[in-house]
Amino acid sequence: MHSLTRSFLAVALLASVSVAHAHRTWLLPSAAQVDGKDPWVTVDAAVSEDLFELGANALKLDGLSITDPDGGAVQPNQTFTGKYRSSLDLKLAKSGTYRISLVSETAMASYKLNGEMKRWRGNVADLKKEIPAEAEELAVSTTFGRLETFVTAGKPNATVLKPVGSGLELIPLDHPSEFLVGQPARFRLLLDGKPLPGLTVAVVPGGVKYRGVLKETALTTDAKGEFTVNWPMPQMYWINAGYPARVTVPEGQPRPPMPAKRYNYSGTFEVLPQ
Amino acid sequence: MQKRKLLLAAVLASALPALAAELSVKIDIPQLAVAEYHRPYIAMWLEKADGGQVTQLAVWYDQKKKDNGGTKWLKDMRQWWRKGGRDLEVPLDAVTSATRAPGLHSLNFVAGKAPLGQLAAGEYTLFVEASREAGGREVVRVPLSWPPKEARSTGSKGQEELGNVTVQLKP
Repeated sequence: MHSLTRSFLAVALLASVSVAHAHRTWLLPSAAQVDGKDPWVTVDAAVSEDLFELGANALKLDGLSITDPDGGAVQPNQTFTGKYRSSLDLKLAKSGTYRISLVSETAMASYKLNGEMKRWRGNVADLKKEIPAEAEELAVSTTFGRLETFVTAGKPNATVLKPVGSGLELIPLDHPSEFLVGQPARFRLLLDGKPLPGLTVAVVPGGVKYRGVLKETALTTDAKGEFTVNWPMPQMYWINAGYPARVTVPEGQPRPPMPAKRYNYSGTFEVLPQ
Repeated sequence: MQKRKLLLAAVLASALPALAAELSVKIDIPQLAVAEYHRPYIAMWLEKADGGQVTQLAVWYDQKKKDNGGTKWLKDMRQWWRKGGRDLEVPLDAVTSATRAPGLHSLNFVAGKAPLGQLAAGEYTLFVEASREAGGREVVRVPLSWPPKEARSTGSKGQEELGNVTVQLKP
């Protein structure tokens, strides 16, 4: 009986994950490279089904962190949250490359209260106060998410391309503000600062609405956690990885239990024509 | 006399199925190298050359989702949606069924029977539209004449979401 409840619970949790997964979360910078005397960038943050097409929800900007070309923390000049998107405006006061990240820790909990199954989803910080102490059979899965993009004012530099060292992150080995079609770009995937080999990464160009075909590529990291992308066309790209990898369960087979910790990374990169 | 009539009826009955014109469609759903794969939603319909008349042939969508939740993505087959999809009550007998896995799938339609029914003679285009959650969308068109005067095979091919679409006509 106990194990039955457990497996039901795992299924319920997984089902909610797969629904959430159909939607993609993203940051979209107005440009990766901004030149001129008074450089500014606008970044949108949203959840949607098609990449960079507004239509589902705005993303909250809690967990926003911006690193300037010297490695210091900076605040956006203004932020806005609407129905379909949040936006931030940032004056690029220093010349060089900025890293813009939205970091989140989301918990999914399931528990029994007075014989009734309950589900809760929210920030890890709220977990203790939101779930009653008398809850039984509490199962929690925490997802560590990182959304990221890089923008450069004037001449690019590499100070912000150093790993943070926690969670799942993608380090561009070629400069992310200078991607061109016809020039392969190398990346390294890290988990808690260590290279992560053998994980499949999705490389998806935006604009599918106007093109029809997706043109997604699935790449697998090598022994050094690295992979090379050959951009099929100029576009804004979304690179996504999740750890542990999603498992495809054959129909009718029981699903494996939900991992206690999950990591998700999505980066947005601009690729221009030659 | 009575006997002869019966015999004639029996001969006619056995001959009838062979007389009914047939439209067979083979669709190849390609295996895609993507990180998150969902089976495509697929719609198939016939459109008269002037675009007016639409005959729905097949709609494959996720029928397992709770509360008919799979219908949420039907509108992503945008062309089909505009060509009458939005007016259909799904599930629809002889038309809707579950999504199918990558591979070759055959469908057979017979004149006089649903969903083809009594299709008027004329020039038609067979449309096959595929749309995938977290994926792309593609339409493949195959022109055909109805009713067929002779056995004929024709086809077309998609770039990514659909492979070969082969149409076989039998008078």
